[in-house]
Amino acid sequence: MPGVRLKKQMRVLGIETSCDETGIALYDSDQGLLGHKLHSQVDLHAVYGGVVPELASRDHVRKTLPLIASLLAETGLSKSDIDGVAYTAGPGLVGALLVGAAIGRTLAWAWQVPAVGVHHMEGHLLAPMLEADSPEFPFVALLVSGGHTQLVEVKGIGQYRLLGESLDDAAGEAFDKTAKMMGLPYPGGPELAALALKGDPKRFHFPRPMTDRPGLDFSFSGLKTFALNTTQREIAENDSAETVLQTKADIARAFEEAVVDTLVIKCRRAVRECGAGTLVLAGGVSANRHLREKMQSAMKKEGARVYYPRTEFCTDNGAMIAYAGWQRLRAGATEPMGFSAKARWPMDSLSGI
Amino acid sequence: MKILAIETATEACSAALLIDGAISLRYQVQPRMHSQLILPMMEELLNEAGIGLSALDAIAFGRGPGAFTGVRIAVGVAQGAAFAADLPVVPVSTLAALAQRGYREFGFRQLLPAYDARMQEVYWGGYVVDGQGLVRSVFDEEVSTPESVTLPDGLNWQGVGAGWDSYRSVLEARLGNAFSGCEPGLFCSAEDVALLGAALFNEGESVAAEQALPVYLRDKVAAKPKQVNQ
Repeated sequence: MPGVRLKKQMRVLGIETSCDETGIALYDSDQGLLGHKLHSQVDLHAVYGGVVPELASRDHVRKTLPLIASLLAETGLSKSDIDGVAYTAGPGLVGALLVGAAIGRTLAWAWQVPAVGVHHMEGHLLAPMLEADSPEFPFVALLVSGGHTQLVEVKGIGQYRLLGESLDDAAGEAFDKTAKMMGLPYPGGPELAALALKGDPKRFHFPRPMTDRPGLDFSFSGLKTFALNTTQREIAENDSAETVLQTKADIARAFEEAVVDTLVIKCRRAVRECGAGTLVLAGGVSANRHLREKMQSAMKKEGARVYYPRTEFCTDNGAMIAYAGWQRLRAGATEPMGFSAKARWPMDSLSGI
Repeated sequence: MKILAIETATEACSAALLIDGAISLRYQVQPRMHSQLILPMMEELLNEAGIGLSALDAIAFGRGPGAFTGVRIAVGVAQGAAFAADLPVVPVSTLAALAQRGYREFGFRQLLPAYDARMQEVYWGGYVVDGQGLVRSVFDEEVSTPESVTLPDGLNWQGVGAGWDSYRSVLEARLGNAFSGCEPGLFCSAEDVALLGAALFNEGESVAAEQALPVYLRDKVAAKPKQVNQ
């Protein structure tokens, strides 16, 4: 209808509590991201060597509201400026998700604005859209984090086809577990990548799992074992501390090269298979420098462009939830007053908009 | 005074609206459905009374102890409603609310509420009814094995709550002569959260939305590995 403004300016509050980060953000349909806040629980879980779900929930319930209040203060907005609330509804830790869902759904109810439960991986997938130079549909996305390794064909928002995924450990999980085995501090993945920078890429060669056969699935648990065996074989008791450190760096490098090459090989296949001109990298591991560099050069040869979020939006954050929520809300999505959280939620079950 | 109270810590999900001494209640025993039920209950009560959240003086909520996730649903909802409408919140012990219900429905005046805390333990408290018909705590609430719960002084104590279902014989043996009966089938209700919440509110016991926090009693929820990172 000419002359009728279908969608007014909309400010969406985003709440992310699916695992061990509390993320809060405000997204404005006209001005883009207005601000965001993140509280990481990494120190809380470090002593346990992994995320303790009950402790994660307990921390979210202490942090969510203060972060919202401080974001409002920082952006100079008042509560009445918020036109919609988006919260992560899954997949993730149910107890942790329920904290964000309870607070988010109730805020929306009390303010009488619409609410939407956002799919966490859709949030990651759309995170590059927060950048000025953002990808256009259709594209192929590699979602690669501590919890997921998935290749997805994306035709539009909610139009997802799973092309392949990890049959065992997620890539980030393999990073973390290998780091732990090598005695690096929790969570380990980023430390392993940092150590790899000092490593000699030629000293060891690790296999590239499942690249010798067709298909787009991954398997990373074997690399972890390969790293363990190499460590046991190569590090002798009477080695000097310096020698041990160099050997560990060389192993870290070989491990990282193997993960990166595997991801690159599968992405090349996926892009060819879908005839895609765009590849999106998202999730915590997409912050890995080697992965970004190698993917760029491989995709250049394929004539495809690579997009990824700024580093702080590779890991869990509220901004991607606010953005994905806005996309859903503007398309008319709403949640009933009853809220819920899903531990599992297949991405291809989402509806397109 | 107008107080909206919510309670989701046990098998029952409930909301109550207290307006100048009159109470309306929504109450359902439906485990694992609390997140689906609680906001519609609150909405119905407010609509029925023809008021909005902003007309309230405070939000009262059952702050635990109880099922961790259930307690956090009440906390999250109380935080959200109170923050959105700039209202204070009144945290109310779910053991006190259970005791209050024991007085209200059975006339018990010396009460020992108990919830099954799993791991062979109970959440446990002791309450007596004061001159205004409200329960007052006589010892600190606790989580303990049924064999070692704190004993109240004197005789004629009545048990209430599902802890008395799971561990009746052990608790009876522990109490000896002090035990004079129990009602194990009683759940915590928002009606009593509202009654106690109103009294606490009058005594100045309200806090800001951000301070609406759970009381778990059980704080050791994970074992630290003996050796981390070698």
